[in-house]
Amino acid sequence: MSTPGLSAETEASRASRRGGEGLGARLSDLLWRRPALLLALLLGPPLLWLGVVYLGSLFALLAQSFFSIDEFTGQIRREFTLKTYGELLTPANLDIIRRTVQTAALVTVTAAVIAFPIAYYAARYARGRWKAVFYLGVMLPLWSSYLVKVYSWKLILAKEGILNWAFGKLGLTWALEAYLSLPGVGGNSLSTSPTGTFLVFVYVWLPFMILPIQASLERVPASMLEASGDLGARPAQTFRHVILPLAFPGVIAGSIFTFSLTLGDYIIPQIIGTSARFIGQAVYQHQGTAGNIPLAAAFAVVPIAIMGLYLWWAKRRGAFDAL
Amino acid sequence: MPAAVTFRNVSRHFGAVRAVDDVTVEIAEGEFFAMLGPSGSGKTTCLRLVAGFEQPTAGEIAVFGQNMAGVPPYRRPVNTVFQDYALFPHLNVRDNVAYGLMIAGRGRAERHRAAEAALELVQLPGYGDRKPGQLSGGQRQRVALARALVLEPRVLLLDEPLGALDLKLREQMQEELKALQRKLGITFVFVTHDQGEALSMADRVAVFNQGRIAQVGAPSDVYDRPATPFVADFVGSSNVLPPEVTGRLAGRRLPASLRPELVRILPPGAAGSLATARVISTQFHGAVTRVHLSMDGLDLAALLPRGARVPEEGAAVGLSWDPDDLHLMDGT
Repeated sequence: MSTPGLSAETEASRASRRGGEGLGARLSDLLWRRPALLLALLLGPPLLWLGVVYLGSLFALLAQSFFSIDEFTGQIRREFTLKTYGELLTPANLDIIRRTVQTAALVTVTAAVIAFPIAYYAARYARGRWKAVFYLGVMLPLWSSYLVKVYSWKLILAKEGILNWAFGKLGLTWALEAYLSLPGVGGNSLSTSPTGTFLVFVYVWLPFMILPIQASLERVPASMLEASGDLGARPAQTFRHVILPLAFPGVIAGSIFTFSLTLGDYIIPQIIGTSARFIGQAVYQHQGTAGNIPLAAAFAVVPIAIMGLYLWWAKRRGAFDAL
Repeated sequence: MPAAVTFRNVSRHFGAVRAVDDVTVEIAEGEFFAMLGPSGSGKTTCLRLVAGFEQPTAGEIAVFGQNMAGVPPYRRPVNTVFQDYALFPHLNVRDNVAYGLMIAGRGRAERHRAAEAALELVQLPGYGDRKPGQLSGGQRQRVALARALVLEPRVLLLDEPLGALDLKLREQMQEELKALQRKLGITFVFVTHDQGEALSMADRVAVFNQGRIAQVGAPSDVYDRPATPFVADFVGSSNVLPPEVTGRLAGRRLPASLRPELVRILPPGAAGSLATARVISTQFHGAVTRVHLSMDGLDLAALLPRGARVPEEGAAVGLSWDPDDLHLMDGT
């Protein structure tokens, strides 16, 4: 038996041990009682940043695209007009858009084809140490500067580069020459050909394709593949009817990265490839040296519109159903 | 007439682990065969060997006399119901059930007819348009069953199919599965760790322990005449008496099994009492009361039916049983 005084003391000491009474403790209590306040504190700053600063600038940009430039004075005329969008339809500008979209599509498809087996191996077979090697191998290129990678590729693809040297040693210089003489894909050397631009794009964006596909394949239990085989499907049929549909959201997620990154890039086509421009370069030049902000804005809307259409198509194809 | 499934000295080793160790057994056509054992006893590996997901390290598996060595899963005349059901989440119920027929190249109309018939068989008519994610566990179980049955396999493999269901549903599915098997007349190979399930459903039970079959027989055989102390303990609960005690009580030095429900509790010193014991505790289980006894330091259990007088804890009591009920086990 204890005296009432003693037991009250015990109560108090227990209360102070549990949680305490400091400022931090009182803050914890307040946030525990008001979860909405905690949510506001957590989401407020990023929402302010994304919502006001980012979306605000985006809308400012969009608004600019409905203005036009006065040919005589070079001043921006702040009146609503679709004239600037009309300029996008000149053959030269259409050519830029066509080239960019075509390259982005080709890069995306190629990256998906290369990424799938790698992602599949990592998701199904790699365990422990090999899994670590996989992640390291995929992420390592992301650790070095993008410019360093692009310039390394310039060296690799150059006429004096290692690829030309390798073709020479293998006695295949004639094949490379024949390829480079093809119109549309060839050029003086690989580093000044559309093929070079394409190769570097595929290399630089590949990790963004591998990781989402791998994540989606990780979620397919082995029993599902066994069930397919059990029901009579050959491995190729299981791939077609089970693996591919279930990995499709991953492929779409990856393609959103590779496609939009290629659409907006202006460094790679500037360093590697022909002098023919991509959308990103056009935007860069129009808002910079040319001082034609409305046309730059209209060009910038093109990738946004294309991505919107692409996502709409992907949704209709059921790409997000399995999410 | 060859057996539906034959295991001939089958072993499956994973590195140093002998998951399946020299198993030989024949499963007859039309039989409901249960593979019973604790987890890691090799029963699921045996099922996977028949399905073709694992290859035996040694020995031979035949289905209807045809050697399955080198035959991939998609060419085997068996179908499997998976423990996690493994329904395809991107397909609706109808396309899940019709998957095997689609692979076999049957036309859409025929596929849908067969899928609907299979869904009716498992009492899910009209569920074809739902997605697996919209179904309850019991319904998914039925879809998995329909998907395997739609291909009319001669052998159906079931890997703990009721393990994820709650008790009421499990009991209902047990009855339905048994009825279905009788109706279709095909061979069911059923893996479970639930001895009650195995005893109530199967025509024959194989009890697995550490990769080997400890005993094969009809449920009543396995229950009444367990071959080894492991079987006695795992199938139902039993009092396993060590050889010394059996020697004193029955005159032969062998381990013996004495089912708790066959132990009678008498007043101390009553006529016909074969042994004396002390009551340690009693537990009320509804239909029965379980009495925990100590007989010279040996723990024993007895089950008293409803209405029987329950002795006080700590009381000394006499025990008796039918001499035939003390089952001597000469297996290893």
